[in-house]
Amino acid sequence: MAAERQYQGVVHERSREIMSAWYDDLARAAKTGEPSACLMISGNCVEILRAFDIHPIFPEVNALQMAIRKQALPMILKAEQMGYSGDNCAYVKADVGFLMSGGVGPTGTIPSPSIVVCNYVGCNVYVKWFEHIAHFCKAPLFMLDIPFLREKAPSKDDITYVMKQLQELIALCEQVTGKKFDIDKLREICRYAARAEDGWARAKDLCKAKPAPFDAYFDSINMMGPINVLRGTKAAADFFDAAVAEYEEQVALGAGPLPEERFRIITEGPPPYPYYRNFRNLFAKWGAVSVASTYSTVGGLWEYGFRHDPERPLESIAEQMIVHNLTNRSILDRYQQIKDYVERWEADALVIHSIKSCRLFSAGQGDMREYFTKELGVPTLLVESDLEDPRYYSEAQMKNRIDAFFEALEHRKLVNA
Amino acid sequence: MIYGGGVDVGSTQTKAVVLNERRAIAGRSIISTGANVTKAAEKAFHLAAENAGIAPDRVGYVVGTGYGRYKVTFGDTQITEITCHARGAHFLFPDTRTVIDMGGQDTKAIKVGLSGDVLDFCMNDKCAAGTGRFMQAAADVMGLSLEEIGPYSLKSQNPSKLSSVCTVFVESDIMSYVAQKKKVEDILAGVHKAVATRTVSLARRVGIEDEITFTGGVSRNIGMVRALEAALGHKMNVHEDAHFAGAFGAALFALERAEKLCAVEVAKVDLTGWSDGEEANGTAG
Repeated sequence: MAAERQYQGVVHERSREIMSAWYDDLARAAKTGEPSACLMISGNCVEILRAFDIHPIFPEVNALQMAIRKQALPMILKAEQMGYSGDNCAYVKADVGFLMSGGVGPTGTIPSPSIVVCNYVGCNVYVKWFEHIAHFCKAPLFMLDIPFLREKAPSKDDITYVMKQLQELIALCEQVTGKKFDIDKLREICRYAARAEDGWARAKDLCKAKPAPFDAYFDSINMMGPINVLRGTKAAADFFDAAVAEYEEQVALGAGPLPEERFRIITEGPPPYPYYRNFRNLFAKWGAVSVASTYSTVGGLWEYGFRHDPERPLESIAEQMIVHNLTNRSILDRYQQIKDYVERWEADALVIHSIKSCRLFSAGQGDMREYFTKELGVPTLLVESDLEDPRYYSEAQMKNRIDAFFEALEHRKLVNA
Repeated sequence: MIYGGGVDVGSTQTKAVVLNERRAIAGRSIISTGANVTKAAEKAFHLAAENAGIAPDRVGYVVGTGYGRYKVTFGDTQITEITCHARGAHFLFPDTRTVIDMGGQDTKAIKVGLSGDVLDFCMNDKCAAGTGRFMQAAADVMGLSLEEIGPYSLKSQNPSKLSSVCTVFVESDIMSYVAQKKKVEDILAGVHKAVATRTVSLARRVGIEDEITFTGGVSRNIGMVRALEAALGHKMNVHEDAHFAGAFGAALFALERAEKLCAVEVAKVDLTGWSDGEEANGTAG
C-alpha cells in the first residue's frame, strides 16, 4: 500500500507564492482603501475588474481557506446563531461569520469591497450571500443575470444580453475608480488569460499519460487559484508555463503523484476541505489517482478549446460566463463531460463526493451514479460529506465505503488479469 | 488441518468464526461488543477457537471485519464487512445475487457477482433510520425486548402509518399512537413496514436480482423478514446463521490466505529437500 503523501513540487510552491502575493495585495488594499470587488469563482469576469486595477476578492476562497485550516466551524456557528439555517450552504455561512468577525482570516485582512459583483452563474443561493455582503459592507451590488445554458450553444441574444450588462459594469467601475475604460488594457489581460488557459488545458491533457503526472483532483487546487483568481495576470500565465514544464518532465520520467498508480479514477464534486488530507489518503492508500475531475472546471472549462480572445474581449468574457464553466451547464452536459473523461482519460471508475450543504449542485448525483453504473458499466462510488462544514465528515463511514469500493475493483482487476 | 478465522466487530455484537479446510464451521462465538473493542475481538476469537477445540495459534490467518476491524490487532488483515457479507451470503446461498444486510448501525444493499464478489453497493448515510438501532428504539419505547417485537408485529391486521423514520422522532410518533390507544401489534407492524420500505428503496438503487439473501443481526427478526418480503414482493433466503455472514465471509478469505501461505511453506520445504508436507502443513497452521 502506498504511504501517506503530501505534495511539495514546484507547482505547489509557485502557486503558494503567487497566491500569497494576492493576499498581501488584498491586505494592502484594506489599509490604503484601493478599490476592491467581491466576485464569484464560477464563470467569473475578473478580466473586467483587472482592467481598472480593482482587487478581486473571492468570498468562496475565504471560506475554503478557513476550512482547510480547520477554522470554519466557529464562523459557521456564528452565522447559524444569526439565523442561517443548518441546511444552508456552508460556504455562505463560513464567509458571513467571517465578515461579522471583522474579516481578518488565515490569509490576512480581506478588505471591505467597493463593489459587490454577483455573476450568478449556476448558483442562486449565492445571490442572497452577495446581497448580504453588499448590505453589510454598504457597497453597491451589481447583479449580473447570466442565462442558463439551455441548448448546446447560447443564442446570439444571450451573448448580447450579457455583453450589455458587462458594459454597465464597466460604467460602474469607471465611476468607482475614476478611471477611463481602456480597451487595449483589457485586450492585454485577455492575452494573459488565454496563455494561462493554454497551460491549464495542456496540464489537464497530460493526465492522459500512464501514470498521470499529478492528481487532477487533489493537486488541481494548486492550479485553481492561479486560473480562477489570478487569470489575466502575467504571474498566472508564467505559472502555467512552469507547471506544464514540470508535468511534462514528470511524464517523460514516468513519474506520478504516488509510488504506483493502481487505479485511475474520475472525481466529481468538491473535496471535503476540513479533512482534505485525510480524504486524500483514503485514496492514496489504494494507489488511486484522479486523472480528471469536474470540480477543477467549476471556474472554467478550457479543455475543449475555448480561450479568452483579445480580438473579441467582451464577447469572449460573455461566452465564458454562459458556456465555458461547469456550473452553468445542465446535469446532462455534466454526464457527457464525465463520460468523455472516463473514455479519453482511460479511467477505471468514477467517484462522486456529494455535498450535504449544496443541494443545488448535488441534486441529481444519485441519477448520475445510476447512469454510470447501469447504463455505461462504469463502477461508481457515491460518498457524502461537506466541502466546508466538518460536522458532516465521518471518517469511519467514509473509509468503509472507499475500502469496500476498491476491494471490489481490485477483485475485478485480479479476475480480468 | 488448516484453519482460517474471521472476526466481525459490529457496533452491537462481535462475531467470530473458525473454518476448517473443508470449509465447515469448526467453532464460533457471539458476544456483546461493549466499550473495549479490541478486548471484545480477542475474546470472541478465543471463544471460537475454544469452541473448535483448538489453540488460537493453530488458526493460520485471521481477517478482521466490521466497524471495529482495525481493532482486531492480532489479525493479519482487514476487509470491509461489505465484501465479507457478500462472500458469506454467497457461500450460504450460492445463487445469491442481492444481499440485504441489516446491522446495528447500518443497512446495506449489495449486488453480488457469480463468485460472491461485490458488483455494487449502497448504504444508509449518517442516519440510523432503517437499522437495528431503530428497531431497538422502537422496542424500548414499547417496553418490549428486541426479540419480542418481530413475532408480535405479525399479529397485526392493520399496520399503523409512521410519519417519521427518524430514530429519535419515532419515539414521539409511537407515544402518540399509544395515547390514541392503537394496538401494540399495529404500531410494531408499522415500524417494521417503515424500515422495510426504506430498505427496499436502497436495494432498488443497486438493482434487485434474484436470489435475495438477508444477513446481519436483524435477519433474526421474523417480523422484518416478512415485512421485507412483502415490500419486495419476493421471497428471501434467510439462513439460521445469517448474522454470522460477515464473520463467515472474513473466515473464508482468511482460509484461502492460510492455504496460500501453507502452499508457500510447502514449496520452501520442498526446495531445501526437507520433505514431509504434512509437517509443513502443521507448522503453517
